[in-house]
Amino acid sequence: MTTETTPRTSPEIGGMGHSVKRKEDPRFIRGAGEYIDDLVLPGMLWLDIVRSPYAHATIKGIDASEALKIPGVLAVITGADLEKAGLHWMPTLAGDKQMVLPTTTVMYQSQEVAAVVATSRYIAADGVAAVLVDYEPLPVIVDPHKALEPGAMVLRPDRAADKQTNRIWHWESGDAAKTDAALAAADVRVSEDIYIPRIHVASIETCGCIADWDAVRGQMTLHMTSQAPHAIRTVLALVSGLPEQNIRVKTHDMGGGFGGKVPVYPGYVLAVVASLTVGKPVKWIEDRSENLQADSFARDYHIHAELGATKAGKITSLKVKTIADHGYTDAAADPSKFPAGLFNVITGSYDFDNAFVEVDGVYTNKPPGGVAYRCSFRVTEAVHAIERMVDILAHDIGKDPAQLRMENFIQPEQFPYKTPTGWEYDSGNYGVALQKAMDMIGYDDLRKEQAAKRAKGELMGIGISSFTEIVGAGPSHDFDIIGLKMFDSCEIRVHPTGKVLARIGVQTTGQGHETTFAQIIAEELGFPVGDIKIEYGDTDTAPYGLGTYASRSTPVAGAATAMAARKIRDKARKLAAHLLEASEEDLEWEPGKFSVKGSPDRFKTIQEIAFAAYTNHPAGMEAGLEAVDYYDPPNLTFPFGSYICVVDIDKGTGQVHIRRFVAVDDCGNIINPMIVDGQIHGGLTMGLAPSLYEAITYDELGNNLAGTFMDYLVPTAVETPAWETGKTITPSPHHPLGAKGVGESATVGAPPAIANAVVDALWHLGVRNVDIPMTPQKIWAILHEKGIS
Amino acid sequence: MRETVELSLVVNGRAHPIRVEPRETLADVLRERLGLTGLKISCDVQVCGACTVLVDGLAISACTYLAADAEGHEVTTVEGLARAGQLSPLQQSFIDAAAFQCGFCTPGMRMAATALLAENPAPTRAQVVAGIEGNICRCTGYVPIIDAILEAAGAVDAAGVSEGAR
Repeated sequence: MTTETTPRTSPEIGGMGHSVKRKEDPRFIRGAGEYIDDLVLPGMLWLDIVRSPYAHATIKGIDASEALKIPGVLAVITGADLEKAGLHWMPTLAGDKQMVLPTTTVMYQSQEVAAVVATSRYIAADGVAAVLVDYEPLPVIVDPHKALEPGAMVLRPDRAADKQTNRIWHWESGDAAKTDAALAAADVRVSEDIYIPRIHVASIETCGCIADWDAVRGQMTLHMTSQAPHAIRTVLALVSGLPEQNIRVKTHDMGGGFGGKVPVYPGYVLAVVASLTVGKPVKWIEDRSENLQADSFARDYHIHAELGATKAGKITSLKVKTIADHGYTDAAADPSKFPAGLFNVITGSYDFDNAFVEVDGVYTNKPPGGVAYRCSFRVTEAVHAIERMVDILAHDIGKDPAQLRMENFIQPEQFPYKTPTGWEYDSGNYGVALQKAMDMIGYDDLRKEQAAKRAKGELMGIGISSFTEIVGAGPSHDFDIIGLKMFDSCEIRVHPTGKVLARIGVQTTGQGHETTFAQIIAEELGFPVGDIKIEYGDTDTAPYGLGTYASRSTPVAGAATAMAARKIRDKARKLAAHLLEASEEDLEWEPGKFSVKGSPDRFKTIQEIAFAAYTNHPAGMEAGLEAVDYYDPPNLTFPFGSYICVVDIDKGTGQVHIRRFVAVDDCGNIINPMIVDGQIHGGLTMGLAPSLYEAITYDELGNNLAGTFMDYLVPTAVETPAWETGKTITPSPHHPLGAKGVGESATVGAPPAIANAVVDALWHLGVRNVDIPMTPQKIWAILHEKGIS
Repeated sequence: MRETVELSLVVNGRAHPIRVEPRETLADVLRERLGLTGLKISCDVQVCGACTVLVDGLAISACTYLAADAEGHEVTTVEGLARAGQLSPLQQSFIDAAAFQCGFCTPGMRMAATALLAENPAPTRAQVVAGIEGNICRCTGYVPIIDAILEAAGAVDAAGVSEGAR
């Protein structure tokens, strides 16, 4: 473990460890990026969607006649129209099915009911307003606990006869009997109910597409906002029957993804159907209310956790039972074997033998849930639960929460470490990260200050989170989505003049892949980063990949890029031996050139070698210099970190003020420190958001109460603290670059640090838990009840 | 026939004769009729600032501003800030501070910062925060944006608090 990055290459080459300025920047800073809604195709039509005001209702009739009288409205598509072609239902990535348009029943507020195709955005909206739908409201289930009660109305009677229940699935991990025995024998047991509410990624760009059907060529081009374009192409081929070579999915610049642009939404399918029908390009762009009310959501986990420990605070056991609210269909994008994602990483950074986790997925009258919010498959829920429980244990037995963590951490020499729920952590050094965070923030002094303030009646809290992430899905023996193994890919072509074109199977949504993937190639081959062009997001040209989510770009496609570059280096060695009239074994490599051992002035640069690959390759060797790699990772990677948050709570208003927040992250070897730091800052802000502000709530009728940015409080510069960041570096032992992935760590690690700080400030009043978001109203009510406010 | 009005919209110093419906927003007219797609539409309710443009030098949300109301005023979009291909100090400081990632909020953020610095060339950190409170960024966490604006203003307290590369 180290704390600093020493680049192997010069700044001119710009390999790993250099804060290379991004190749994306010049177009973005001029407003010259090209996002989906900036794209206009000749003859393009518009599609807009009629949505249900009810959360559950029977559709008694749809009258489109007035809409069709509006000049410029060309068609109104209903479920009945789609049913004729068998397209009214579509499969979800989780193996469930989802309505494209309903034929009889709507299942959530804002569900798509009909689509209007028109000659302009405004006329399409006029058409939507003129479509008359006759609804008969039905009873609504918004609480998943009620959905599981005996005799509850079955929301999905379309399922098989043995599945006439609102329980979608039951999943478990670990050893129940052993865990029960360990809990029964524990000196200390703490238990808590923790609810992690429904939230929405709310990427600043909403979703959209242009479907462009060319009837003459039999070609469908789908320009869209997708984090996984290849998977979309294959699904589209399987569902539509169009030959896959005639489907091109193309992404453009994207205004964030965070998991929300992984699923297939009905709007995309409707645009495809409309374009196939009218033979023209059809654009669908959702507005913010549609985005916040109908796209897939994250979280919504009702967790009950029990932790067992010795008197001294050594953790022995953990038992967790969870209800997962998936809305009316399971449209999560989890790997097939993991309906609750990687939630069983819930044993966290701690060394103990006994754990059992069970989750029930449940249907309710809400939009689909269970996609990510900048996290890897339910890791945030797991980390929140274990970090809250560890803190409650520390407070219960009167031990400092930092000390209790130190005494329970998995130790560096225990890696690779097998957890009681079956994961093998590749590496870690948790105590050093926590100690660094404590040193940066001045932990001991803060505890003294807190004691002094408490004596004066002031509310100050200090919260810690020492999280372990699990990212980079994943090894093909366990990981697939709809059967597609979760490898990823890179193809590199070196041109005769020593310039490079590389294409990757993952997609950028703002992370800077055009820069970081070029840096990987610069590191491995010594071409200057400015000579390397990275392309992605066009399924006609990029190699097949499973896409960008769950922090998998660097762990999987980054590894593929390094491996493809090494294949090129192997061939370059042969070419250099030919050019230098030396044996391959006598050559040594340094970034950018091969030289003859002992004769450093006899060398060939990688550019000279590239030229020779096309002009002077030896007899018996294929011309050209290119390689492709499909990388199947041997394991996941396990970034970690320790965060410490200091809060002051206003006794009059209940407002939580984050005074300081120190984040020490370890993502293994770093490709671009500037970009990593930016990812952590952004991730922390998206961790702050659900901690204090964001939640999608519903009333008893299933009305979404946070369906605009007036009600769904995304943090601005005013709310966001001045994050303080630090790092340690513990390379992944199995990743070719020693890298681990970083995009989501901070979103995963921040909420429990903030929650622990708030509870720490209130513990002496008898407060054991406060569910996020910890709004002023919620805190004020607690203070009022305790007679403080 | 739909009712339309004839306008002469002055955008980035050039007059554009154009016939629009009274209900058309300035954002839609700039983007779809004049091809000025730098400004973005995100929240539709004047909360997020992605559609920020300048009207007579003041930052406004084009998503809730009718195009017809811009008649007789000077509209400036992000495209109008270009200086013969050269980056402005604000653009350069945004790049240097890594003040954007996906780039979608960036044009609006830049317009808000331009209006702020025009009004107050030497803002404090708190004034910068207040100046961009109407602009949502989902990627950066704002600290780099605040640093960039202070840097462009030549402020001496622009250093971030991170040990990272900035």
